[in-house]
Amino acid sequence: MHYGMCCLCVLQPRAVNVDLQTDATLQVDISDALSERDKVKFTVHTKSTLPNFKQNEFSVVRQHEEFIWLHDSFVENEDYAGYIIPPAPPRPDFDASREKLQKLGEGEGSMTKEEFTKMKQELEAEYLAIFKKTVAMHEVFLCRVAAHPVLRKDLNFHVFLEYNQDLSVRGKNKKEKLEDFFKNVVKSADGVLVAGVKDVDDFFEHEKTFLLEYHNRVKDASAKSDKMIRSHKSAADDINRIASSLYTLGTPAMFKFEFEFTSSVVESGLLRFCFIALQKIEARVAADEDLKLADLLKYYLRESQAAKDLLYRRSRALVDYENANKALDKARAKNRDVLQAETSQQLCCHKFEKISESAKQELIDFKTRRVAAFRKNLVELAELELKHAKGNLQLLQSCLGVLKGNT
Amino acid sequence: DACSEPASLPAEDISTNSNGPKQDLLFDEDPEDLFAEATEEVSLDSPERDLLLSDGPSPAITPITPPTSVITPCIGHAHDDMFTHSSFDEIEEEEGGDLFDMNISVSDPEKVGDGMNAYMAYKVTTKTSMSVFKRTEFSVKRRFSDFLGLHSKLASKYLHVGYIVPPAPEKSIVGMTKVKVGKEDQSSNEFVEKRRSALERYLMRTVKHPVLLKDPDVLQFLESSDLPRAVSTQALSSAGLLRMVNKAADAVNKMTIKMNESDAWFEEKQQHFENLDVQLRKLHASVESLVCHRKELSVNTAQFAKSAAMLGNSEDHTALSRALSQLAEVEEKIDQLHQDQANADFYLFSELLGDYVRLITAVKGVFDHRMKTWQKWQDSQMLLQKKREAEAKLQFTNKPDKLQQAKDEIKELEGKVQQGERDFEQISKTIRKEVSRFEKDRVKDFKTIIIKYLESLVQTQQQLIKYWEAFLPEAKAIS
Repeated sequence: MHYGMCCLCVLQPRAVNVDLQTDATLQVDISDALSERDKVKFTVHTKSTLPNFKQNEFSVVRQHEEFIWLHDSFVENEDYAGYIIPPAPPRPDFDASREKLQKLGEGEGSMTKEEFTKMKQELEAEYLAIFKKTVAMHEVFLCRVAAHPVLRKDLNFHVFLEYNQDLSVRGKNKKEKLEDFFKNVVKSADGVLVAGVKDVDDFFEHEKTFLLEYHNRVKDASAKSDKMIRSHKSAADDINRIASSLYTLGTPAMFKFEFEFTSSVVESGLLRFCFIALQKIEARVAADEDLKLADLLKYYLRESQAAKDLLYRRSRALVDYENANKALDKARAKNRDVLQAETSQQLCCHKFEKISESAKQELIDFKTRRVAAFRKNLVELAELELKHAKGNLQLLQSCLGVLKGNT
Repeated sequence: DACSEPASLPAEDISTNSNGPKQDLLFDEDPEDLFAEATEEVSLDSPERDLLLSDGPSPAITPITPPTSVITPCIGHAHDDMFTHSSFDEIEEEEGGDLFDMNISVSDPEKVGDGMNAYMAYKVTTKTSMSVFKRTEFSVKRRFSDFLGLHSKLASKYLHVGYIVPPAPEKSIVGMTKVKVGKEDQSSNEFVEKRRSALERYLMRTVKHPVLLKDPDVLQFLESSDLPRAVSTQALSSAGLLRMVNKAADAVNKMTIKMNESDAWFEEKQQHFENLDVQLRKLHASVESLVCHRKELSVNTAQFAKSAAMLGNSEDHTALSRALSQLAEVEEKIDQLHQDQANADFYLFSELLGDYVRLITAVKGVFDHRMKTWQKWQDSQMLLQKKREAEAKLQFTNKPDKLQQAKDEIKELEGKVQQGERDFEQISKTIRKEVSRFEKDRVKDFKTIIIKYLESLVQTQQQLIKYWEAFLPEAKAIS
């Protein structure tokens, strides 16, 4: 029962399903996406040899809310209590990017044409990056479900993949949102339950301690990496502005009255080149860190929460089981409703054992997945950083060579 | 108050020693600048102030073409060719100096005294082979007010004849107070280093000027172990001086100086410096923002490093745990790189840009002086005209004494007019030379700084390569 490590590789655009280790009977990907005014439309493409589908290959269009509906249906399904439910993808959020583009449009009059074009390109690239990321996140979710030996058989999942009409999953109304809120409150109150009770089983005791601490540390690391990246982006923006200023300062007109006119023109061209290069250098590094580190940490923040939720469900089942035991003892003592109590106790016992068994495997797989994902991303981060540092070095050295040689 | 004095002051009414009450009022304009340092003594005999008043208020308005009745200045057009094509070497040869070979360093800041009377003493070391100096290597001790004193002497001697005198570094109340009070923290150390560096750049710029280098005040500043305390020095920073000049200019509203810019060079150059000023200020602001963000980035990287280390600690897979700790170490080293880079950004770039923004203000001031010189000349001419008309009228009256007096006055004024024309031609010629020199230095300076900056970036990239190359095998070792 091991599912493929494909899922984190999709954090790169369009690198999908390459490493899927399970069979090819079900392959899911997002083949296309369209960003409209306030929503994103994902084209979910399925290839399958499973008999339950009408065709071997088909596509449907889904929106974010439908993904959430699917995720929630897993969470609410008692049968899946013993599995780590793949975390729901975050809502597509283009607000910040859109705001920046709007501000740029408003400020068009106050900057030079070159500045405007450059900033527009930067913002459009940023928008595109966010877009790609949200596509990847939604795709990862579907991949994880498709790779899970039990979840992939879920009926709702098949409906999601195949039913080519709108699922009419309107957003939660107020009542439902309130219910969710209370559900979460209860969960966190019970979270104490998870932490407080020492487990008889060493494995789960260890996992509990580990997960609680790990989750918090990942949360902290994720927040700090975001902060770091924001600073890096601010510095990159400054360098953009510096490049623009130097571009203007480097116009031949600024050098016009020099008696060394020709060499000044060459120098001014070099200056501009150097600074445009510099700007690319700084912007690139920020993007790499973002992809590799921050996304990885964010993803594992959600996964570790899902794992915690599993432990919580198991604890709840344990509590129910213990309560059922007590009820049975009481019933036997009073010699009343014994059969009912016995049945109830057996059910609870069965549920608890089932959850424990699958939870154990899930948690082992979680570790395997986690280690593999971190390894992959850390290696890729280091390789990318090296590639860019070497590229930058070359670029800088050639700039220097020409500048110095021109004295 | 003094700023609303009548627009055109007849030149001969002001002597360099007048201490009229109206001059006190000029001080009240900028109390912060004048009384900032407790150790600075303010005297009413300031050369700047007299300089200011003797030349009349300076108009800050672009010249426009005058009606033809105004006598137009004639500039020797032979100068055009000479100065647009002469090289720096030619100019140097003209002045008979040996090739520039000098290095000044400002070092060893030392706190002298205690409390609010304390000050920093800096060691100024000159190394040179130039003949104008008696020795090849020598040091003196100087304090900040000595530098200001030197600048004010040079400004009073050379600004109004068109030389671009490099402005002295800015005063800072906050910075100095911290040092005096004895706060030995990072920010006061940074302040002292910033100041030391600024003083060094100031001196180097000053001595690179072929005329200023030979000035006895400069030589005395560099060589003499006993420098008279700048007691009679106005505690005016160059910014303060220019602020006062501009205030006077603002008060002289609607005064248009009509100059015949048949010499398009000056008009173009003035516009050029306006543009340059705007661009440099913008650039300076961006670089300051970059320095700030890089410092922030350094702090955030350090915090992330700690967080990654904690994450590594809590990870129960041994190899991954180790890799995460290594990542934390790499990020810590990168944090240090960011800090070093921020310092480079600051010292190489930001400070240089600040220097140039102040220098351009000095350049604009010099153009203003040219206009004032022109105005003075025009005023003399107009007065001469009036006196001639008056004399003509006197011819028909029987007042031989008055007639003789008028004739004498006319003779004197003719001399003044000629002098005015000579002054104007001289300042124009000087400015052309100065601007050429300035522009050449500017390009050279920027190029040097950019090369240094790129070199610092090269170093950063090389370090990054080292760190990530060390980390990669650790990441690969995770299994």
